[in-house]
Amino acid sequence: MVQVPYFTALTTYFAYALLFAIGHIRDFFSCLLWKEKVADGYAPLTGDFGDFYIRWVYHRIHDCFNRPICSSPGAWIDVVGRERLGTSNWILKNTGGVRRCLNLGSYNYLGFAAQDEYCTVKAIETLERFGASTCSGCFDAGKTTVHEELENLVAEYLGKEDAIVYGMGFATNSSTLPALVGKGCLVISDSLNHSSIVVGVRGSGARVKVFKHNNPEHLEKVIRESIAEGQPRTHRPWKKILIVIEGVYSMEGEIARLPEIVAIKNAYKAYLYLDEAHSIGAMGQTGRGICEYTGVPFADVDILMGTFTKSFGSCGGYIAGSKDLITHLRHTSPCHTYATSMSPAAVQQVTSSLKVIMGRDGSRRGAEKLRNLRENSNWFRQELLKLGCQVLGDEDSPVIPIMVYNPGRMAEFSRECLKRHVAIVVVGFPACSLILERARFCISASHTRKDLEYAIDVIREVGTIMRIFWGKPTPDLLADVPSLAAKLAAKTQ
Amino acid sequence: MASLLTTASWPPTLESWKLALESLFLNIITDGHLLVETLLVVVIVALLLQKSYQPQKRPLSEAEIDQLCEEWEPEPLHPPLTEIMKTFKEPVLESAAGPHTVVNGKDVINLTSFNFLGLIGNEEMQRVSRAAIEKYGVGACGPRGFYGTIDVHVEFEERVARFMGTEDCILYSYGLATAPSTIPAFCKRGDIIICDEAAHWGIQNGIHLSRSTVAWFKHNDMDDLEAKLKAVKEEDVRKKRRKVVNRRFIIVEAICQNTGFVTPMDKIMELKKKYHFRVIVDESLSLGVMGKTGRGCTEHFNIPVQDVDMIIAGMGFAFASIGGFCCGSHKVVDHQRLMGAGYCFSAALPPYLASNAIAAIDQLEMYPSLLTKLQDNVRLLRKALQDTPGMVVGSNENSPVIHMYLKNSTNSFGGDFMVLQKIVEKMLDDKSVLLTCTKRMPLDRVRWPASIRIAVSAGHNDKDLLAAAESLKVVAASVLES
Ligand SMILES: Cc1ncc(COP(=O)(O)O)c(C=O)c1O
Repeated sequence: MVQVPYFTALTTYFAYALLFAIGHIRDFFSCLLWKEKVADGYAPLTGDFGDFYIRWVYHRIHDCFNRPICSSPGAWIDVVGRERLGTSNWILKNTGGVRRCLNLGSYNYLGFAAQDEYCTVKAIETLERFGASTCSGCFDAGKTTVHEELENLVAEYLGKEDAIVYGMGFATNSSTLPALVGKGCLVISDSLNHSSIVVGVRGSGARVKVFKHNNPEHLEKVIRESIAEGQPRTHRPWKKILIVIEGVYSMEGEIARLPEIVAIKNAYKAYLYLDEAHSIGAMGQTGRGICEYTGVPFADVDILMGTFTKSFGSCGGYIAGSKDLITHLRHTSPCHTYATSMSPAAVQQVTSSLKVIMGRDGSRRGAEKLRNLRENSNWFRQELLKLGCQVLGDEDSPVIPIMVYNPGRMAEFSRECLKRHVAIVVVGFPACSLILERARFCISASHTRKDLEYAIDVIREVGTIMRIFWGKPTPDLLADVPSLAAKLAAKTQ
Repeated sequence: MASLLTTASWPPTLESWKLALESLFLNIITDGHLLVETLLVVVIVALLLQKSYQPQKRPLSEAEIDQLCEEWEPEPLHPPLTEIMKTFKEPVLESAAGPHTVVNGKDVINLTSFNFLGLIGNEEMQRVSRAAIEKYGVGACGPRGFYGTIDVHVEFEERVARFMGTEDCILYSYGLATAPSTIPAFCKRGDIIICDEAAHWGIQNGIHLSRSTVAWFKHNDMDDLEAKLKAVKEEDVRKKRRKVVNRRFIIVEAICQNTGFVTPMDKIMELKKKYHFRVIVDESLSLGVMGKTGRGCTEHFNIPVQDVDMIIAGMGFAFASIGGFCCGSHKVVDHQRLMGAGYCFSAALPPYLASNAIAAIDQLEMYPSLLTKLQDNVRLLRKALQDTPGMVVGSNENSPVIHMYLKNSTNSFGGDFMVLQKIVEKMLDDKSVLLTCTKRMPLDRVRWPASIRIAVSAGHNDKDLLAAAESLKVVAASVLES
């Protein structure tokens, strides 16, 4: 559990209360002056809390998000300058200026986002041969030899019999889960699972129970209770139980406690679905993800899922598993058949970067990248701890969040860093709860030590102004703060 | 205001806290009323907490739970594979999916890809895409919120909004993720959706995720739609609602992917206005196809585009790219930038695909003759297919997708599929024509017979089309009459 400093919580809530009060007052008066133009007979298009939040909180800080860039998302990026059109107008307009910033925001773990001597050339070759799109689903005319090559390579890399590739990581989850579980099945989901998993589970019609974030003890408790009770009302036994976890949690930087979870899964005959979006290519000696990192045999995880948007600098996602499972998915997962297949050039980008990682390009660049990433991440984490930041997550994880707590401070932190040419990501509601705002650094193998030293200098300077150094380092912070999305999912299932 | 927000040091001094607390306690103690009331509350709470007489439920002991866990046998992770799953083998392309492609080392006529304008491999588009990869790399490496927004994404959104004539546009990184993001962003529990029963899976999924109340009207049946709309209004009258509190949407596809029929949008607009519904139109198949300049159904039916609340479309069709977008007012778009799940929680579209799509729109505007060529090709092929033995030609004559059904259906999707698949395989092996059968996922609620799906492209020449139609007649005859 994050120990929110008492005074910070108080001021944060106070800030929210003030914002909301002012928002309501202004809404009230603007209502009196001019009625919102909703045509007669219609309900307002957006009338809920979300809309209110956007207008009165989000618009004050939205310059910290969606910042356009005009370069490849490599280690250094060109951020396009923006400014408000007027004081009462919240629309941001490009000023035309660009600022070259150190990129601590993109998920460019292995540095394949930038132009690469090996991969970019191959991707362009494939583009010339296959075009940008196939305009067909994978069963129609969407599968090309490059798709086939990638599916085989992913399967080989992960030591599974077969693999299936989708054009989008989000859709991989949201379309695979409904093809695996349905009515009468139970999904036990980590409380901080990604939105795509929540969407997938919701789309499946299966029951969902949430266990405390990364807490195998609670998982075991939930699973025991569930099996003992059976389905609600009918008390029939569950058809099957699927545990869904992530390898590295993108907002916490935490590494899943896989060995314990696998032991539970085996003991209770459940199935395990592991989302490796942030760990594939980034964790483990040879980048094979969290199984390799924790020493769990790949065979113990029934369904390995991952995306190509992070370490491989491309787009799309995969599922790896047994031959029959993948064949089943090909015939039942809607996004495989109905959606346009992944762009051949993007497929080639993944294949080439995988080859680099596996050392098949004839160089040692892959191993070097992996080592750089690990060293960079650990060095950066140590430095932040030394500064006195409240750092979340585990050693070796390339995702390093620090707590900022207050939305105003969060925004100002981001702006000040940007002024000093460091582009960082800050995360607030709805991605985390209202008072657990944080800043997040994603480390890349392509950062040099000098880059990172520069970043630390900037964080030291800005952090002192913002007072985000909470003193003593406190590891193991987040335990049971269910994300809003997970809570909502649990409530509404 | 902003400055208030940013300071963590709103400093209520310790003294002032103490003062406040002390005065509160003093009040309670000195005020007799408060004392009595507090006591009452305590008594009530105590009463409430007392257990009522109920046979006590004995919780299961650990040993019993162990036993139950021991005995529980789950189903296998997936059901056994069916015969079709075991034997089906999809074609693997060895070159671009243009009007001609290479399968198994053989040059074949491709009547499967939704490459309506023949833009796959278009030289200008290839040039633009290549330049984009050189400048931006392949992936965007982050969601739009976190440095995944690249200038070409913004440019794309402006370009599409200009092309469509709407206020704004939002880009999604996947065609099939568009409807499942857009629909739940606006429709919540309690809202009402009236949707065509043949709508594609993306729309179904979106509706399911939104948890709205949904009624399905018979495919393209405007009377049925009106009946459903009327029922909603009558409910209002019956419940004496003076103000509409829930959002109401009609969701249709301009050209239905599953059937190839064109929705009478003029009638839809009329009904929408009469019954005060909003309308979401999926224009995946109609953009770059319908209308004099390819602006889709609104142009075709002469509807002001502002009257349509949201237009969604995938780009893996006429635009020969990947991704999807939703067009509408500023409000519609801005709301999705925070509430569209596929927008907030997924990496942005690879920039070269956005550039590619911009170039496609440029091509369409520069060469409107592509549109007439496509319509000519559709007409030509439909005519040539008319007397295919044992088969009937479905779909609307404006649709670039032509569905061919069995004259004597086996009355099951699987049964028809097996027969049609045989024709498709023979066409590929013997006649070098790449066709496809419609597939239906178990999650898809649409019940529509299986068909051979033919996608016409402006890139096909007359000779190929006629040859393909001729081949189909021969193969259909041999398969269906043997
Ligand atoms: C755990 C997890 N799963 C899935 C996704 C979605 O992947 P993509 O961005 O490729 O759609 C993400 C990305 O943000 C993620 O963090």
